[in-house]
Amino acid sequence: MLSLLQSLWLVFTHAFHRRVTIQYPEEKAYLPPRWRGRIILSRDPDGGERCVACYLCAAVCPVDCIALQATEDGTGRRYPEFFRINFSRCIFCGFCEDACPTYAIQLTPDFEMSEYHRKNLVYEKEDLLISGPGKYPDYNFWRVAGVKIGGKDKGESENEAPPTDVHDLLP
Amino acid sequence: MSDTLRSILIIIGVLLVTLSIAAGMIWLERRLLGLWQDRYGPNRVGPFGLLQPVVDAVKLFSKEDWIPPFADRWVFVLAPAVIMVTVLLSFAVVPFAPRIRVVDLNIGLLFFLAMSSLGVYSIILAGWASSSKYSLLGGLRAAAQMVSYEVFMGLSLMGVVMIAGSFDLADIVRAQRRVWFCIPQVIGLVVFLIAGIAETRRLPFDLPEAESELVAGFHTEYSAMKFGMFFVGEYLAITLISAMIVTLFFGGWMGAVLPPIVWFAVKTFVLLCFFILLRAALPRIRYDQLMALGWKVMLPLSLLNIVVTGGIVLAYR
Repeated sequence: MLSLLQSLWLVFTHAFHRRVTIQYPEEKAYLPPRWRGRIILSRDPDGGERCVACYLCAAVCPVDCIALQATEDGTGRRYPEFFRINFSRCIFCGFCEDACPTYAIQLTPDFEMSEYHRKNLVYEKEDLLISGPGKYPDYNFWRVAGVKIGGKDKGESENEAPPTDVHDLLP
Repeated sequence: MSDTLRSILIIIGVLLVTLSIAAGMIWLERRLLGLWQDRYGPNRVGPFGLLQPVVDAVKLFSKEDWIPPFADRWVFVLAPAVIMVTVLLSFAVVPFAPRIRVVDLNIGLLFFLAMSSLGVYSIILAGWASSSKYSLLGGLRAAAQMVSYEVFMGLSLMGVVMIAGSFDLADIVRAQRRVWFCIPQVIGLVVFLIAGIAETRRLPFDLPEAESELVAGFHTEYSAMKFGMFFVGEYLAITLISAMIVTLFFGGWMGAVLPPIVWFAVKTFVLLCFFILLRAALPRIRYDQLMALGWKVMLPLSLLNIVVTGGIVLAYR
């Protein structure tokens, strides 16, 4: 009996407590920087696309919501011809971000992507590409990868020694 | 002529006020539950969400009014009407203020008890007519609850009747001019309050409904406004029990400075909030606990109350 009165009193005192509800549209919830939300494709610091169209994201995606087609420009630099994410399928697991070797695909703290038509949830490359480098401001894949592309030969990358001449036996 | 007009106006007024209170209770209950559970409750429709009952009513009226093919059709339709009718009829004897009451009945208290007992038929019939196992279980529990609670609900009020010497509710209020009956009849108050909660099927005793076990209990099969009538009936019943507790134990319209009707409204409102607080704070008790509490604690308590009160009244007369 006493415990009943105690719990009545305890609940009554909650009238003077702060309310935990966040009044959403007016008041936004805090989203941590690592929040897995809307997926974007980032660019190198020099403005080039980071994505090298390796298909790892499409392969790892558990719901198969990523579709892309690799192609190459004249200088040997790979990039996706199209890159399509169907957000009506995406489960925001972040596997694509983990799999990406060039930090191109990243998840951002944004979840407000509701649409009235399902087909509007299919994002093309123009919708996904942002103008900046995202979470890795200094990383430039083509500057550290030992691949020959236009304007950069083998051995000219950062932290890379010139290739060894295997026919030369001299130390 | 003016007397006739006056009583017609009172009847219409009481009907309008009680029905709008029942609608307002939907809003009040959800907001207060929100307040006590550290959230907001409905606050989007209109200022402070005050138009929520209107929206709810529109929704209930526009829903499909479905009668299951396996249901006992006539009883199924009749059941929600019974609770509305009995509760609204009970309001006829409530003295809101010295001259504001629908009917001047010298057995007002008995009429109230009879009507509230009839109201339980609504629940039992709804449970029976639905031909669904959950509804039937709900109706069964309502019957058992009635058997254990009707008894001492009436008995708990006999102390009040003995002190006041009348079954007329207005006389009972006038008899509290010196001291409210909540002081000499504190046991009667507690017992009647508990019986009232059981009578209105509010939370510690909402076994017939028990949405976590029986889907929705007796009104599982009901939809649209027939469900809405059970809803309104429940809120009306809470208002009625609050008004009766105020009348019988808290001096009815008595109070200083403010006009009588305001005092009555304020006291009733506080009790309504208390009913909602009970729902916010207490868990539903088990079926056998409810029966045991009724027969082993409340009945002896109310009998003891009668004996003691009767002895004292006899000694002082």
